[in-house]
Amino acid sequence: MKIRFCLNGKNLEIETRPDRRVVDLMREDLGLTGTKESCGSGECGSCTILVDGQARLSCIMLAAQLEGRSVTTIEGISGEEGLHPLQEAFIAHGAVQCGYCTPGMVLTSLALLGRKPCPTRKEIREAISGNLCRCTGYQKIVDAVKTFASERKVYQR
Amino acid sequence: MKDTPLEIGRAAPRFDAYAKLTGKEKYASDFYAPDMLWAGVKRAGVPHARIRWIKTDDAIRIPGVLSVLTSKDVRGTNRQGVVRKDQPVLADDKVRHCGDPLALVVAEDRETLAKALASISLDIEPLPGVFDPENAMAQGAPLVHEENPEGNLLLKGSLEAGMGEKGFEECDETVEALFRLPSQEHAYLETEAGWAIFKDDILEITASTQSPFRDRYEAAEAIGFDMHKVRIIAPYCGGAFGGKDGITVQSLLGLAALNNPGRPVKMWWAREESILASAKRHPARLYYKLGAKKDGIFHALSVRIYFDTGPYDNLGGAVTALGLEHSGGPYRIPNTSLKAWAVFTNNPIGGPFRGFGVPQVTAAMEQTVDMMAKSLGISPLDIRVKNALRRGDRNPAGTTLTGSTGIGECLRKISASRLWQESETWKKASPPFKKRGAGLASAMQGMGYGPLIPDTANAKIELTQEGLFRVFCGVVDMGQGNASTYLQIAGEILNQGLSGMELVLPDTARTLPSGSSSASRTTFTYGNALITASKTMKKRLLERASDLLMAKGPEEMTLVPGRVRHIPSGKEMPLSALAGILSDAERTSVARYRTPSAKDSPTRDPNLSLHGIPHIVFSYAAHAAFVEVDTLTGLTEVKGFLAVTDCGRVLNPQIFEQQIQGGIAQGLGYALCEELKTDRGVIRTPDLGTYIIPTSIDLPDMESAAVELHEEMGPFGLKGAGEIAMNGPFAAVANAIADACGIRIFEGPMTPERVLGALEKKPSCQEEG
Repeated sequence: MKIRFCLNGKNLEIETRPDRRVVDLMREDLGLTGTKESCGSGECGSCTILVDGQARLSCIMLAAQLEGRSVTTIEGISGEEGLHPLQEAFIAHGAVQCGYCTPGMVLTSLALLGRKPCPTRKEIREAISGNLCRCTGYQKIVDAVKTFASERKVYQR
Repeated sequence: MKDTPLEIGRAAPRFDAYAKLTGKEKYASDFYAPDMLWAGVKRAGVPHARIRWIKTDDAIRIPGVLSVLTSKDVRGTNRQGVVRKDQPVLADDKVRHCGDPLALVVAEDRETLAKALASISLDIEPLPGVFDPENAMAQGAPLVHEENPEGNLLLKGSLEAGMGEKGFEECDETVEALFRLPSQEHAYLETEAGWAIFKDDILEITASTQSPFRDRYEAAEAIGFDMHKVRIIAPYCGGAFGGKDGITVQSLLGLAALNNPGRPVKMWWAREESILASAKRHPARLYYKLGAKKDGIFHALSVRIYFDTGPYDNLGGAVTALGLEHSGGPYRIPNTSLKAWAVFTNNPIGGPFRGFGVPQVTAAMEQTVDMMAKSLGISPLDIRVKNALRRGDRNPAGTTLTGSTGIGECLRKISASRLWQESETWKKASPPFKKRGAGLASAMQGMGYGPLIPDTANAKIELTQEGLFRVFCGVVDMGQGNASTYLQIAGEILNQGLSGMELVLPDTARTLPSGSSSASRTTFTYGNALITASKTMKKRLLERASDLLMAKGPEEMTLVPGRVRHIPSGKEMPLSALAGILSDAERTSVARYRTPSAKDSPTRDPNLSLHGIPHIVFSYAAHAAFVEVDTLTGLTEVKGFLAVTDCGRVLNPQIFEQQIQGGIAQGLGYALCEELKTDRGVIRTPDLGTYIIPTSIDLPDMESAAVELHEEMGPFGLKGAGEIAMNGPFAAVANAIADACGIRIFEGPMTPERVLGALEKKPSCQEEG
């Protein structure tokens, strides 16, 4: 079937099977391999994408569910002018190790910041608790999100 | 900022962070091509069986299926392994664990692959299995490898010092315990993955691996193909932690590609397949007996350790030997009798995992130390400080410590910390129905392969025509950031910033053999080689530039970012211009480094030396855990954690802290929630919904400090930091729970069920002291 949605700011019409997993659509069909897959069953958060600003797990979503939606993947976060300041904060705070959970972590954090601009450390920890990381122990990720949120005015200048 | 010269000791952003954060980094699992094939494996599903027949006819008739291969199609030895080659690429005579692969299918797409795999039927004769390491050594136990002259024994090791067991006769106090440690799953987020292509007579395999150079000959021999025509490429891993130290998909991919020339073939294990088939931390049973004098000075230690290695070696012998060598901890104990067994069973494969046998023995030893402290009425901190190893001492394995030995400093720093100082007040303020406690653990971790296997790295650096320094990274960066540290080392010596450097990731056709990314050796060994290569490069560049600029000599010259400068005149030459003048040979510098080995011979057993005993360089750590136990539910929460580490000089404080925090996190998972459950060889925690690793709400903010003693042999004074932090958390938490509630849980992990069970039994046998 034909599916129309907005992907990383661009309107798109694609022909695909309605039951195609969104993670396969992104990675295999559209070449957006920044969306990772790790468990295939909604347990780890590696495949997180933003659908209308909400963090969603693309490994348990089907293509038809994207109809008319606005989708953001990690590739759509940084613009022509460079990295998103949250990505800068991840670098500055050493929040990236193997990097496999990183795209999902960034997107889940952005969804949190969208609904709660100044979260506490506890709120950040709760928000990313569906995103597993095996390298960092999460602390530096929390540091990055917290610092970004606190210094947002500086970033947004 | 990217031009700022990199400096040793200063936090620098990781080179790989940008590409990983933007999704641009291509991991082994990220390859797709229009003509790509998918390969997958039919696995046994039973723990022990004789294979009669594998029925593949239905599978091969499915449209879109290109190959269905069994052991009969494997032309080589069909055996893989680092020390003992006993693991088949495709099982031939027998199934030895549920994850054994029986048939390899190559298909046009994933749906067809799944259909084909489901259509393969197995005619197998179940055999009685063996699932307990001590039972496995009994007379008449079913044999995992009938041809093994030692039955189900893989390796037996014994180290004795002083009077051995006789030392207990001179002790005033003795404590004894049996500890049971669970199997732990690596749970790297990128499951085993890769792709291969056989083209122009070259078999090219890109895999998520820690050991490309070793994989090359191991896979070539197993599948019967000329090693010199095999190329292994190793991108950044999406985590590995030891689980990719050796063959996972490589041989299977090679086989698939050789049978389908000219087309790329991809294999990517699902999470359930990864948990089923991959190696895990060895479950262990440890019998500890510690003797001391009245004043708390340790006098004798007797240890018997059983490691369940599952059906294959998979470095299980080496893991066991390292556990044995570390079983007495960082203490002076004059009389020791240390024994360990690695035993074959039909359980999941035991293999390398961060700490490599040391987390198990540290969990046991450090609890035994606390039990002794309690018996003698000495504080856990004092008893550790009293017995802590110093440079020049022999460690419990009998090795003279000639290098930096900072465990005493680590403990003193814990003692002086705010967290420790305030812990009594904090404990008293526990909320209703909760009890708070603080617990300590010391730890050590040897570095490198030990005396026999050459622990060698070959570094290469090139000045490109564009004037950039290209570092050929010979050791995989599985996420720990060693590749960035290599750039930092070269940048420091050549006075360049990140923008002046390039990196080539491990590739058997481009980089030089430098061993595996393991054993806390990665920065130590390759770093030392790179220092020499970079200094040679610098010397040549300054000499040639000095001649070209008519200077008096190279002492008048210096490297600045992107350029070389004649200091007296201020004249500068871009590195690109210099590169244009130099010959290819002059633009490249290579150097080799081998880690020295200890001069003691604590063992006359050549097999133990082969498996790595003894080591000469050790990192040390002292950990303190602060826990709150809910007496109604048994839930233990870690409220604070402090790690003080001696891993020599810290080259990049941020990367150091990443390693420490990450190690603590895995250690806390090991202590509190991670347990790979099996029932007669069948895994009962097959996915991430049942095998629970810590999430962001399960872990506290951790504090980390370094005792920066200079290690003479280390690059800029460094010792390895990758594993040490994994070792302490289990015992620190166990000791904190004992401190809080007066109970000790002798079987890990310390789940709410076990804690509650111990709390309920408290008035009787479980109570301590």
